Amino acid sequence: MEKQTLKRIRRTREGYAAQAVKSLKNHWQLYLLILPPLLFFLIFKYYPMANAVLAFKDFNVIKGIWGSPWVGLKHFELFFENPIFWTLLKNTLLLSFYLLLAGFPIPILLALMLNEIRSGRFRRVVQLVTFAPYFISTVVMVSILMLFLAPRLGFANVALQHFGLEPINFLGEPGMFRSIYVWSEIWQTAGYSAVIYLAALAGIDPTLYEAAKVDGASRLQKIIHVDLPGILPTVTIILILNVGNVMTIGFEKIYLLQNSLNLPASEVIATYVYGMGLLNANYSFATAVGLFNSVINLILLVTVNTLAKRLSNTSIW
Amino acid sequence: MAISAAAPRRKIRESAGDRTFMIAIYAILTVVLIVVLYPLIYILSSSISSPTAVTSGQVWLWPVDISFKGFETIFRTPQIMTGYGNSLFYMTAGTIVSVILTIMLAYPLSRKSFFGRSAILMLVTFTMLFNGGLIPTYMVVKELGLIDSRLALLIPNAVWVWQVIIARSFFQSTIPGELIEASEIDGCSDWRFLASVVIPLSKPIIAVLVLMYAVGQWNAYFDALIYLKSDKLYPLQLVLRSIIIQNNSAGVMDPSIQVQRAQMAELLKYSLIVVATLPVLVIYPFVQRFFVQGMLVGSVKG
Repeated sequence: MEKQTLKRIRRTREGYAAQAVKSLKNHWQLYLLILPPLLFFLIFKYYPMANAVLAFKDFNVIKGIWGSPWVGLKHFELFFENPIFWTLLKNTLLLSFYLLLAGFPIPILLALMLNEIRSGRFRRVVQLVTFAPYFISTVVMVSILMLFLAPRLGFANVALQHFGLEPINFLGEPGMFRSIYVWSEIWQTAGYSAVIYLAALAGIDPTLYEAAKVDGASRLQKIIHVDLPGILPTVTIILILNVGNVMTIGFEKIYLLQNSLNLPASEVIATYVYGMGLLNANYSFATAVGLFNSVINLILLVTVNTLAKRLSNTSIW
Repeated sequence: MAISAAAPRRKIRESAGDRTFMIAIYAILTVVLIVVLYPLIYILSSSISSPTAVTSGQVWLWPVDISFKGFETIFRTPQIMTGYGNSLFYMTAGTIVSVILTIMLAYPLSRKSFFGRSAILMLVTFTMLFNGGLIPTYMVVKELGLIDSRLALLIPNAVWVWQVIIARSFFQSTIPGELIEASEIDGCSDWRFLASVVIPLSKPIIAVLVLMYAVGQWNAYFDALIYLKSDKLYPLQLVLRSIIIQNNSAGVMDPSIQVQRAQMAELLKYSLIVVATLPVLVIYPFVQRFFVQGMLVGSVKG
């Protein structure tokens, strides 16, 4: 018995080796082709992962990353004991979940509404226009926000004063930061995100609509009983991806929107890492904070994916 | 017959509830349309209004006292023009590098006879889930001596995993296996097959890759922020950040218009936004379908 299994294992191993040799011989050109991009991934993606051991060391410029002394979990402990830890975690999670709760359903609603409209032109115009802000860069997006929300001359305050209301320093209010971030994000990406649901809606079996019509379903009932179940797999996958990215919430926009006034709400883990690491040159500590973030994110993604797999048989891998 | 008979009947059967429902949908979508469109029109109008009209809040929808002073100032400001030139360079060079590397990776991964493809694919997609983080990546770029060089914007983020997935699933679904077998029997090498069969057949996906990388490169600022130090290498986005977000208009204005300096600075912001965004937004309606295609190809599980 045992011998047989061993033999089989050896045979498959030999099979693999033989396959590899044969593939290498016949397709050496493909291997040569893939070598540069593969090196790219090793150097710029995997080498940094190895460099992340910095989190467990005290970085010494002269000795380099690998020569620096080990300090175990010192930097992690420093981070967890620092009161800013809870602020950062709270800000990161609040902003992410706000974005998820508001930003996730809106593209779905937009797609469902667009799908009801059969008249070609109106639908095309709405789609074209709502998709357009996706192409606006982060810097321009924040510039637009700053111009619109400027303390005195901004459009929003001119309008407020027009109606006899007191002007508000929108970007200086910590309490408004999250809403500004989230709703500008929705303004920019809802049309883009709706495309994927529109495609899923277009793929629904038309006989289902006919059956619903025969049963005398209203438009709303058709949406609830045909459209929604039809796009559920797509919705689940997008939800997994969104939840999985909760901790990687966009540094780029937050950093640009930050100012000393709104900092209590706008300082998140990613901006803290940037400030600590690149501005204060506190490399080891910043690496530890970043690593903590990445690990939490990975755990989150795996958990959500497993849950989704168990509940609805949909998963991203 | 059946269809033409059903159509009028459905019209009659359209219930009052359904009609209200449709009216509500049209109303909501019209509001959405206005909310998205209004800021864009407002900025465009402001950019071609007079400096006084902009700062005194006279512009509501259409331009007031049409003038092109903002644009004139932009074209006379060397800092902005350098940034524009740099961005054009980064966009062109970066797109070429990225598209070539993406195809070099995606094509072998699409070939069934390529041993080790699932392992390599895993290696590549894993980087979507986990990364070393900002500082360790910065260290690598520093070690390679790329800090403050143009290459720092072209190489460290050259390949996007998502683009690789899109390209790979396109190759898999459009290049028939029979064609590959036939070419192998005829003794056509893998390189030659790629160059003279695959590439010509893959123009749609190459268009998608080119557009996505080009827009990404044009709009990016983060790599420039962390890797570049000298102003003369700055892409337009960083110049924009300095002028609009950090409010550094010093050195931008020429002294002859110092009197209206503050007004001019305000107007300049609107014009800059237009100058930085218009090239992308103008070509967008013609290429939108490529972006949609790109999203949809990628969403097919491959």
